[in-house]
Amino acid sequence: MNKKDLGLLILIVVVGIVVATLNPRFLLPINISNTANLVGLFGLSAIGQSIVIITGGIELSVGSAIALVGVLFVDFVANEGVPWPVALVLMIALGTLLGLIHGLLITKLKLQPFIVTLCGLLIYRGIARFYTQDGTAGFGFGQNFPALNWLTVGRSHGVPHSFVAMLIVAIIMWVVLHRSVFGRYLFAVGKNEEAARYSGIRTGLVIIWAYVICQILTAIAAIYFAMYTSSITPASQGNFYELYAIAAAVLGGFSLRGGEGSIVGVVLGVVLLQELQNLVNLLGIPSSLNFAVMGGVILIGITVDQQWGNVRAKFLPRKAA
Amino acid sequence: MAADAESAGHRAEPPWLVLANLSKSYGPVNALIDFSMTVARGEVIGIIGENGAGKSTLMKILGGVVAPDAGTLTVDGTPHSGFTVADSMGAGIAFVHQELNLFDNLDVAANVLIGREKRQGGFLNLLDRRAQRDAVAPLLRRVGANFAPNTPVSSLSIAQCQMVEIAKALSVDARLVILDEPTSSLPLAETDKLLDVIADLKRSGIAVIFITHRLHEIERAADRVVALRDGRLAGHLSRAEITHDAMVKLMIGRDLKLDEARSNRPVGDIVLSARGIRTPSRPAAPVDLDLRAGEILGLAGLVGAGRTELARVFFGIDKPLGGSLSLRGQPLRLKTTTDAVKQGIFLVPEDRKLNGVLLDLPISENISLPNLPAHARRSLVSRALENRTAETQRKNLAIKADRLATPARSLSGGNQQKVVLAKWLAMTPSVMIFDEPTRGIDIGAKAEIYRLMRGLAEQGVAILMISSDMEEVIGASDRIAVMHEGAIAGYLDRPDFSEENVLLLAVGKQMNHTAAA
Repeated sequence: MNKKDLGLLILIVVVGIVVATLNPRFLLPINISNTANLVGLFGLSAIGQSIVIITGGIELSVGSAIALVGVLFVDFVANEGVPWPVALVLMIALGTLLGLIHGLLITKLKLQPFIVTLCGLLIYRGIARFYTQDGTAGFGFGQNFPALNWLTVGRSHGVPHSFVAMLIVAIIMWVVLHRSVFGRYLFAVGKNEEAARYSGIRTGLVIIWAYVICQILTAIAAIYFAMYTSSITPASQGNFYELYAIAAAVLGGFSLRGGEGSIVGVVLGVVLLQELQNLVNLLGIPSSLNFAVMGGVILIGITVDQQWGNVRAKFLPRKAA
Repeated sequence: MAADAESAGHRAEPPWLVLANLSKSYGPVNALIDFSMTVARGEVIGIIGENGAGKSTLMKILGGVVAPDAGTLTVDGTPHSGFTVADSMGAGIAFVHQELNLFDNLDVAANVLIGREKRQGGFLNLLDRRAQRDAVAPLLRRVGANFAPNTPVSSLSIAQCQMVEIAKALSVDARLVILDEPTSSLPLAETDKLLDVIADLKRSGIAVIFITHRLHEIERAADRVVALRDGRLAGHLSRAEITHDAMVKLMIGRDLKLDEARSNRPVGDIVLSARGIRTPSRPAAPVDLDLRAGEILGLAGLVGAGRTELARVFFGIDKPLGGSLSLRGQPLRLKTTTDAVKQGIFLVPEDRKLNGVLLDLPISENISLPNLPAHARRSLVSRALENRTAETQRKNLAIKADRLATPARSLSGGNQQKVVLAKWLAMTPSVMIFDEPTRGIDIGAKAEIYRLMRGLAEQGVAILMISSDMEEVIGASDRIAVMHEGAIAGYLDRPDFSEENVLLLAVGKQMNHTAAA
């Protein structure tokens, strides 16, 4: 854990203490459990997003992909009689395909990530709505999938399994990003793609993999979201979720220029965002102000972080080389 | 020019700018110690010194960016205790930086007048494009530019960009123009043009400070030389005393021979062979080239002759439009740089900061990057293995770094170049391509790099050295290939090595004595 992560953790604790003082219900097990569930859901997609951001890219289609994968999964399982493990594999395959397409367009045709994934955002939302004729996809009465439910919306000793899933993914991705050869390549490509290429790294392949990993994690997140909401309105499911993910990564110390960030940071970023949501609910702030509070806190947080760097540079000048 | 220099030399005019006893330290590092010099109207002063000798600190003080700890600057008899950026500009000091600061999305006139645009006045106060052009045209004529004020900067060569920078300096009525490494990226012919411009500035009474590692140009252009070593004034040379050897001696405090004895080794077998290679930038000029084990083949030519493009093909960055490569007789197909690295073909690129090192990554991670899987156990990177490799390379190449965990950014240019070398030498090279290996590197580090290249050649590595530095091409090569407009114009063997021959081939003419082509 680096200093930035530690600062974020302290912020989370301080905000937590303030909220708990103002409204003790913050500390009720059920509130913490529910918040943990949301941290798990959003964390899954934010970790995926952060892998793309490390390369200096961005993945805007996450929210729409959550809607598309969600309606397909629920429809396959509820209406088409596809066994859920098969549907799960199909959805991960779909995520792989979407990531592959994005990665290929970005690396082979040299399209900008913002544009490619913005088009993805529009296309997948459109397909999701068309697929259900803008109707709601949901499970019928009496339909029950105990194992799937246990895995997704189940809880053990109050700990939501979505949170556990997020932790498992976070640990795996931590090893991948911070300890593996591939992770080092991700950082190198994000810092300076040309220099990485001049070092004999297949930069295109690294970038394609980043988008594939992002979409696979998004597909997993989509299934968790689908099981959590249990009925899916394709016009609104997952709206803005890419922005939550980007916000969490930025709060967690990622640079949108690439090459900087940590898994611990992005997870803490998600925790802080959900804590803020919870704060809005618990402190009786009109929920219409939800976004405004989140935007304000992110802006202040990033500004303070940046200025803190300047202040340090001023008073602790680096020794001249 | 020599007579010119005598008549307008510093003895004739009293100095208007006097630097007295300047000192500056950064923490424990003394960047400049008790340094004094003067500048008079119309004199050309060459400032030389190795990297870290204090040149850039001196320039920062002159620009008002850094305040000296002690000492004074006197302009026209008025001493300044705190010399600010505004004071510097007020004194008419203008800089032309090594890294050009032009906006290549704008045209020449917009760049020259940036921040001082001509306006139409009135309510909207729009840009007056015609007035801009009219103001800039005479300046361009003065610097001998053959392009119009409305030319987009993106279409100019590096030399032309420098002319724009100098025109910019003239537009603010500069009395002193400071050129920082102006010729380091210039091809031979354009260097001459720049030296002409300097002579012209001099004639109109403008003083020029000329900082360069290319001593040959100082010999040609400077009225006197000021040498810095370890932050101190190492000595002066008057016009008559300026010789290459004298300058080197002042800079490093001892004699130094650039080209060490070339052994007459028998040349080895052909390692890398190119047949009919056509690069995307010069599709009409197929290149045949054979590179032998144990030789240093110098690749000379004007900038834009297609040398770097050829290197990019050899390293798998660009795909050739046609032709074939072979390595030790086996056909070689390079889809990516990864393929080239696997075959032991390594490139030390021209732009060190952009392509050579990852400035923000630690030195050790830079060195292990091309061969990371060998520094990993079950695809998890082992810091211990990385550090071991980096430590070995630091010793072998004498990389001056306190800690291997510090970012490559903190190193000097020469040491960054050594890091680039280290990452390849930690593997087993069979072909090494050096693209401008010593650009912007001080003379001591240069000699070390030549020694390393020679050592590699002696181990049987085939070396291709692209260089625009004549001394380097002639001093370090076993054989020289000269490119002209994308094709190989001719080869030179040892007995035919001369600046003249290289130049003739580079501009597309025949060589002088032998009739080789």
